[in-house]
Amino acid sequence: MAENRTLAAALLQHGVTRRGFLKYCAGLASMMALPASMVPRIAAALESAMRPSVIWLSFQECTGCTESLTRSHSPSLESLIFDVVSLDYHHTLQAASGEAAEQARTQAMEKFDGQYLLLVDGSIPIKDGGVYSTIAGMTNLDMLKETAKGAAAIVSIGTCASYGGLPHAKPNPTGAVAVSDIIKDKPIINVPGCPPIPVVITGVLAHFLTFGKIPELDKSLRPLSFYGESIHDRCYRRPFYDRGQFAKSFDDEGARKGWCLYELGCKGPTTHNACATTKWNQGTSFPIQSGHPCLGCSEPDFWDAGSFYKAFTAPPINVSSVVAPALAAGAAAGVALGLASRIKKARSSKRREPVTTDDLKE
Amino acid sequence: MTTMEMLTWVRGPGLAIAISILVLGVLVRLLEMIILGRNKDLSEAREKNSAKYGWRTVLTRFLPPLSATHVSPVVFLASYIFHIGLFLIVFFYVPHITVIRELIGFGWPGLSSWFIDAVTLVTMISMLVVIWHRLSDKVKFFLSGFNDYFSWLVTILPVITGYFAYHRLLLPYNEMLVVHILSVELLLISIPFTKLMHAFTFVFSRWYTGEAAGRKGVKI
Repeated sequence: MAENRTLAAALLQHGVTRRGFLKYCAGLASMMALPASMVPRIAAALESAMRPSVIWLSFQECTGCTESLTRSHSPSLESLIFDVVSLDYHHTLQAASGEAAEQARTQAMEKFDGQYLLLVDGSIPIKDGGVYSTIAGMTNLDMLKETAKGAAAIVSIGTCASYGGLPHAKPNPTGAVAVSDIIKDKPIINVPGCPPIPVVITGVLAHFLTFGKIPELDKSLRPLSFYGESIHDRCYRRPFYDRGQFAKSFDDEGARKGWCLYELGCKGPTTHNACATTKWNQGTSFPIQSGHPCLGCSEPDFWDAGSFYKAFTAPPINVSSVVAPALAAGAAAGVALGLASRIKKARSSKRREPVTTDDLKE
Repeated sequence: MTTMEMLTWVRGPGLAIAISILVLGVLVRLLEMIILGRNKDLSEAREKNSAKYGWRTVLTRFLPPLSATHVSPVVFLASYIFHIGLFLIVFFYVPHITVIRELIGFGWPGLSSWFIDAVTLVTMISMLVVIWHRLSDKVKFFLSGFNDYFSWLVTILPVITGYFAYHRLLLPYNEMLVVHILSVELLLISIPFTKLMHAFTFVFSRWYTGEAAGRKGVKI
C-alpha cells in the first residue's frame, strides 16, 4: 500500500543522488520540449510529490508492455521513478494473489478515491457481455468501469488499451475495444506502442505529478511531446528517402549502406512516436537503426493496414479481385453498346433518302 | 473512424472502387467508339499504306507544332509543362511507383523526392497559368463550360494535396494523405465522364487524323 513518503525520499533510499535526480529532471524537461527554466519546477514538484497511488489493470494483453516498462531500463532513473510510484495493484508484479490481490485494489480505490492514477494495458472485450476475459470472476469491462470511477486520470498503456490493438484486429472475435471507447468522463492519456517506450510512460507520469494535469494531447489522445512528429520526419535515414535511395531487399547493397527502408515496408511516414529520438534500451537503437522497417505499432489499426513488408502506399487489399469483374462488365457493356450503335447506324442508312439533282429541279 | 482507418480504406477499398469505375467507364466508351467505327471512305486511296501515317501521327503529335506556337505561346508552354510534369509526378515519384508495382506486378526506378518536389511546384504554377488564360481570354472564356473547369479542378487537386502532404502544410500528414488519395480517386472516377478521357482517346483520334490525311496523300 502507498505510504506517506515523497518521491525524493524514496529516490534517496534507492541510492539516487540529488545530482542524478536533477539530471533526470533536465532530461525529462528536454524530452517533453519544456524550457530549461522548468527544470527546477519539475524537481520541486517531484521532490514534494507524494508517491501517487497507481492501480494497473491488465486486460487482453501479452504482458509485453509490462516487460518493456519493468525490465528494459532497469536500473535507470526512469525505472526507479516507476518503482517509487505506489503500485498498489498489478496482477503480474504484485506478491499478493487471489482474494488478497483484489482486496489491494479495492482498498487503494477507497483510500485514494479521486486521486489515484489508473493505468491500463490490454484491450477490453465487450462481445457477449465481456465474457472473453475475466479476472477473479469479474469481466474486464466491469472491472474497468468500477476502477475508473474514482480515478484522477487514466493512462492507456500500449496500443491495445489505446486503440484495441491486436485483439481488435479483424475479425475481432472478442469485440475488443479501447479504454477510451468505454470511459468517457475521465481524462485519458494514450501511450500507444507495441510496446510503448518506457521513458514515455515515466515522462507522462512526471508531467502529471509536476503540473497536476494531463499533458497536451493530439486527436488520438497521445501526448504531443512524444507523439507530435512522425518517425519519418525524425529518421536519420530521411536524406536517403529524399535522394531516392532505397534498400530493395534486406541484404542488398542499399540495405548494407543504410539506405531508406520505405520500399521494404517502413511505415515511418504515417507513424507518430518518439522511437527515432529517444530510441530504445537506454538510447541504444531503434528498429530502423537495426535495419528493420517501422511497423507503425503506435497507430490505430496498424495490424489491419496491410503487409509489414510492403511499401505503405501499396494497397492493403487485392485490388485486381475487385477490378476484374469491372473489367469484364466494361467489356461486355462496351461491346453491347457498340453493336447497338452499329445496328442503329445501319437502320439509319437504310432509311436514308439521298437528294438528287432531280429533286432540286422541282 | 480514425485517420488511420480512413487511410486504410482509401488505400484499399476506395482505390479498388475508383479503379473499377475507371476501367468500366473507359472500356465502355472506347469499345463503343471502336465498334461503331467510321464511315467507309469510298474515294480511291492515293496512298495504299495509309495506316503508317496513322501511327506516325500518334507519335509526331507529341511534338509542338512550331508553326502554330506563336498564336498562344503561354498556353503552349504551360500546357506542355504541366503534361510532362504530371507524367513525371505520377510515374516517377517512388511512393507512386510502389502503388503501380503492387497493381500491375512490375515497376521501374524513380526520381529523387526533391526533384519531383520541384516538378510539382512548376506543374502547379503552369496549371494556374492555363486556368488564368481560360478566364482572361474572352473567346476561350466564352467557349468554356463546366466540363473544362471541373476537369481542371480534379486534375490540380491531387497535385496540390500531394504537395501539401509532402510539406506537412495545412493538415497533419496522415489527414492530408487521406485527402490526397481521395482526390486521386475523384480524378480516376472523373476520367471516363469528362474531357479527361483524352488520356485514352488521344491515340485513336491522332491515328484517325493521320490515316485519313495519309490516304488523301497529305504528308503529315
